[in-house]
Amino acid sequence: MDEHDFQILRIIEENSRLSAEEIATMTTLATAEVRARIRALEEARIIQRYAAAIDWEKAGNGEVAAIIELKVSPERDYGYDRIAERLSRFSQVRTLRLITGTYDLQLVVTGKNMQEVSRFVSEHVAPMDRIRETATHIIMKTYKENGNAFFEQPETERLPFSF
Amino acid sequence: MRDPVSARAKVIPPSGIRRFFDLAMTMEGVISLGVGEPDFSTPWNICESSIYSIEQGATSYTSNRGLQGLRDALSRDLSRRYRLTYNPDTEMIVTTGVSEALDIAIRAVTDPGDEVIVAQPSYVSYAPCVTLAGGVPVPVECREGDRFKLNPDALAEKITKKTKALVINFPNNPTGAVMRREDLEPIADLVTDNDLTLISDEVYSELTYEGQHTATATVGDLWERTITLNGFSKAYAMTGWRIGYLCAPKNICDAALKIHQYVMLCAPAMGQVAALEALRSAEDDKNRMVDEYRLRRNMFVSGLCRIGLSCHVPEGAFYAFPSVKNTGLSDTEFAERLLREQKVAVVPGSVLGEGGQDHLRCAYAVSRKALSEALDRMEIFLSVLK
Repeated sequence: MDEHDFQILRIIEENSRLSAEEIATMTTLATAEVRARIRALEEARIIQRYAAAIDWEKAGNGEVAAIIELKVSPERDYGYDRIAERLSRFSQVRTLRLITGTYDLQLVVTGKNMQEVSRFVSEHVAPMDRIRETATHIIMKTYKENGNAFFEQPETERLPFSF
Repeated sequence: MRDPVSARAKVIPPSGIRRFFDLAMTMEGVISLGVGEPDFSTPWNICESSIYSIEQGATSYTSNRGLQGLRDALSRDLSRRYRLTYNPDTEMIVTTGVSEALDIAIRAVTDPGDEVIVAQPSYVSYAPCVTLAGGVPVPVECREGDRFKLNPDALAEKITKKTKALVINFPNNPTGAVMRREDLEPIADLVTDNDLTLISDEVYSELTYEGQHTATATVGDLWERTITLNGFSKAYAMTGWRIGYLCAPKNICDAALKIHQYVMLCAPAMGQVAALEALRSAEDDKNRMVDEYRLRRNMFVSGLCRIGLSCHVPEGAFYAFPSVKNTGLSDTEFAERLLREQKVAVVPGSVLGEGGQDHLRCAYAVSRKALSEALDRMEIFLSVLK
């Protein structure tokens, strides 16, 4: 990893559809080198995948999401890793983190409707061994995610010319 | 009735592109590469701290020199960044943009009849400010063959007994040229040998894409005869806040301060608070913007060359300055037709002084998408010309 790799990562994190030629022009690297660097970053799983940032609310698929916080008794030798790994296998779990504070694990769970989310929590998550307490927060609106703001910024007026 | 307008106000030229401005305002869908300002909004932490200060009631005058905290922070920042040493209490004034700093600097050193050499092509206000101060602006051309750096021989030719000062601006608007230490050394010798004052507008200093910016006052013995001008507009995307600063040895600074206190009193208080926050917390934001400008520069300059407009690689600021010589059009004709026919606004170089003719100033401080669309339109325009 060097500064060129970081630069390429920043560029494609913002727009992963740029071609190697375009990235090469911007970074003044050779196109072949850009391709080779991206391939190496993919192989090292530093680039995990190429995805779109979608405003699902606007798309109107009717899904709901909730943040679930869990108090967990850690396991000898494994800490939180094994239970986290089990939880992460559920496709309903979109995001899973170990956090500090009152709770230990934080999940973002999605479902077709609220009943589905609450059934998932009460039937699959809460009864798991070592989970001592859960708190469910329904997500009412997402304003910004992964650096991407979901509200329209008004165009600011710029002069056509200035010196 | 007597003519109320003074001879001085009459003699300064009107803006060279008023016509373009009016035309562009009537058109829809114009991509403007004509604006000399960042397309980013001011980083939010800067805005937020200024809003908070207004809520706290910090809405009054500040000291003439500017907020003590801001000057202290600036002094430390200049020393860390450029090894420039200025005493925040006696050698620094916070001004209403670099525009004001330039005006009071020129007025502080110019007597009627003094010649002030202005390195061109340049920002449009240098020569008129000299005229308004009663001086005589003497342009010296920075040539494309010298990569738009100031050539010491060209400068030496312009120096007379009446020459009082020299105004330079590197990284340069409009050419993007940068002067390295070795480029500045022979200039420093000329300035010192001829006992001139150097006014150095370094507002684009942070937008240096290859290597480090060399602060003019750190070259040779220039410090004692240099007025360093800089500001927050370009580096921190803060054009509307109007905060610049002037740094100079105490005797010059005292003179400039007198003018400042009579004409401006102080720079806007909320802008000063914002500027302080910029120094405290916006380094990463600034670096991100500079990285983005660098990418855009590479993309845009290679695009210009691809469509057949030769362009030297600008090492600083956010302007490309391609030549239109081989198109058979003058820069003004080219810019006007490009605006009318393809709705791309650029500044014709000839309004930016000597050496600007046959060139266009294209600000690449617009999104990559807009830049690439502008290149496509320019390519179509060029193909129609042939």
